[in-house]
Amino acid sequence: MSEGHSTYTPKNGIERWFDARMPLPRLVYDSFVAYPVPRNLNYMWTFGGILSIMLAAQILTGIVLAMHYTSDTNLAFDSVEKIMRDVNSGWLLRYLHSNGASFFFVAVYIHIFRGLFYGSYKAPRELLWILGCIIYLLMMATGFMGYVLPWGQMSFWGATVITGFFSAIPLVGNWIQELLLGGFAVDNPTLNRFFALHYLLPFMIAGVVVLHIWALHVVGQSNPTGIEVKSKTDTVPFTPYATIKDAFGMMVFLFVFAYFVFYLPNYLGHPDNYTVANPLKTPAHIVPEWYFLPFYAILRAITFNIGPINSKLGGVLCMFGAIAMLFLVPWLDTSKVRSAVYRPWYKLFFWLFVADAILLGWLGSQPAEGSYVFMAQMATLFYFAFFLVIMPVLGLIETPRRMPNSITEAVLEKNKRAGGYPTGAAAAPETKG
Amino acid sequence: MKKILTSLALLGLVAAGTAAIAAEEHNPAAPTHFPINEPKEMSWSFAGPFGTYDKAQLQRGLKVYKEVCSACHSMNLVAFRTLEGLGYSEAQIKTLAAGYTIHDGPNDAGDMFDRPGKPSDHFPAPFPNTEAAAAANGGAAPPDMSLLAKARGVERGFPRFIFDIFTQYAQGGPDYIHSLLTGYDQTPPAGMVIPEGTHYNPYFLSGVSLKMPKPLSDGQVTYDDGSPQTVDQYARDVAAFLMWAAEPHLEERKKTGFRVLVFMLLFGALVYMTKRKVWADVPH
Repeated sequence: MSEGHSTYTPKNGIERWFDARMPLPRLVYDSFVAYPVPRNLNYMWTFGGILSIMLAAQILTGIVLAMHYTSDTNLAFDSVEKIMRDVNSGWLLRYLHSNGASFFFVAVYIHIFRGLFYGSYKAPRELLWILGCIIYLLMMATGFMGYVLPWGQMSFWGATVITGFFSAIPLVGNWIQELLLGGFAVDNPTLNRFFALHYLLPFMIAGVVVLHIWALHVVGQSNPTGIEVKSKTDTVPFTPYATIKDAFGMMVFLFVFAYFVFYLPNYLGHPDNYTVANPLKTPAHIVPEWYFLPFYAILRAITFNIGPINSKLGGVLCMFGAIAMLFLVPWLDTSKVRSAVYRPWYKLFFWLFVADAILLGWLGSQPAEGSYVFMAQMATLFYFAFFLVIMPVLGLIETPRRMPNSITEAVLEKNKRAGGYPTGAAAAPETKG
Repeated sequence: MKKILTSLALLGLVAAGTAAIAAEEHNPAAPTHFPINEPKEMSWSFAGPFGTYDKAQLQRGLKVYKEVCSACHSMNLVAFRTLEGLGYSEAQIKTLAAGYTIHDGPNDAGDMFDRPGKPSDHFPAPFPNTEAAAAANGGAAPPDMSLLAKARGVERGFPRFIFDIFTQYAQGGPDYIHSLLTGYDQTPPAGMVIPEGTHYNPYFLSGVSLKMPKPLSDGQVTYDDGSPQTVDQYARDVAAFLMWAAEPHLEERKKTGFRVLVFMLLFGALVYMTKRKVWADVPH
């Protein structure tokens, strides 16, 4: 799609002046108006736009919150409560921001699972996928550090547990942990550097998002059939088609988001975080935010030593390995067919994987005792088997379903079955808008 | 879609199976999971999408806090001026604040001094510091009450936490406080060991018993609005008051939320119709 020439024509003197000096209007026009998108994108493809506005909303609410927040262990908790009680609409900003983090992750998980289902990571989109994985990593770091800032019990103990992972790394582990903490335990230097980094990382995310979108606009969007765009009838212009569809997706998503912000603002949080951090009092169960729970379950599932690797290091390696799997997906999947729509077996295992991830999340919220440990071990085994065994093997042995020759053919076939559109309606949609 | 449903059903089965395994046999004299009894779900005026505080109830709750709880529990984050939320006038708040003595200073001479409270002051704490509070209460400082109604909650478990999204259940804190306050005076199961100096309460979140003795008894606080002067009523009122103390902007939040959701519904419908129109002649 990149080979398409720019169709932008400056409309007046000012636009011509700009176009000759710095063609920003041309860039915007080519990227968000004329940019051709496959005509068969479903609502799963609206999450890119949703993630963009969530990032913008988090940065905006975050900047205002930072104007009222104090990153000192003696003052942080009370400064957050001052925002909740005395700052004009402070409760709204704070609930938008704390729930916004959760919904940012809801959207990113749907976005990632969509990529896994439709094989969006396959050539030539490997780099696009990896940039997305980097964004996800940065989001996790940002979310974790943001949770520490209110300086509640879970903030403190979550930070203690998670930074403790790094001490498991041989030779340099303790050094890394002390560097992260700015001392030997979570304390004022930790809070200050986490605040500084929590403010910095979202802008780094924004930077990688630009690269992600750049890479996307070079290779073009994938689509539910996984068939590359072959002719102009396969696509529609971004505006108005994708714009209005994205807008509707955003409205639905924001509606659910608002429901939580206004009616269940503390549903996704932990009550213990409304108690100020106390280094002398360990909570009964230390649990991270919900979006880390599957990885937390994997960490705790490793209760045994593997040769020279003790259980603690083993758990940390598995946890980071679980994320590293995502980076390798483009090369682990050996199938020539992109979309799970035409891969009956992959489709089954994909849904099992989704169920497994949810099960791991639930196990992560339960105490690591009794039968939970065994279940977490089995679920962890399936998690890794999905990437390391099922993905490579299935691609070699699975017989895909018959595929249409083009996106247009797929669309017309589908509509013939549904009996929806009048004949001839398919003619040249790309000329509209 | 069929696949999604099948998978969800499968997931449900797995979850149900795990829950069954997790429900291990237990000995009533040596419980392993707390609280022993789940909090009773009460009906609260501030529950649900249109919930509002019952101002008369909050005023009664404040009375219980002042006359009973405040002997040991601080409420550091709550300023007298915010008591307007309980329906008090500015003059009433001035009088109420003036009833407290605030330790202030230093003055021009460098001395600390006592003065009557002002609306901008916060509730003064009963002890000068946490160490003093702990020393006076058998080694554990009574928790600050400003956020107690949001800082306590019993885990709801699967599948209730799913239903809670639709029923908007967010009253775990007040339910817990009410149950705890009315949960004394019960006989522990035979053979249960109650540590010296603690009091058995099957609703306590983190053990069989707690240091706080039964704080309320019938007729202890005099109500002038004719409400029953029972432990149950006191517990309800003070739990509602603590919810207000923890979440003073709850009414504003729910009211704003309703407007926001109605707007989004209407605007979303318009966006959807526009989308239909734009895509009308493009099979997709």
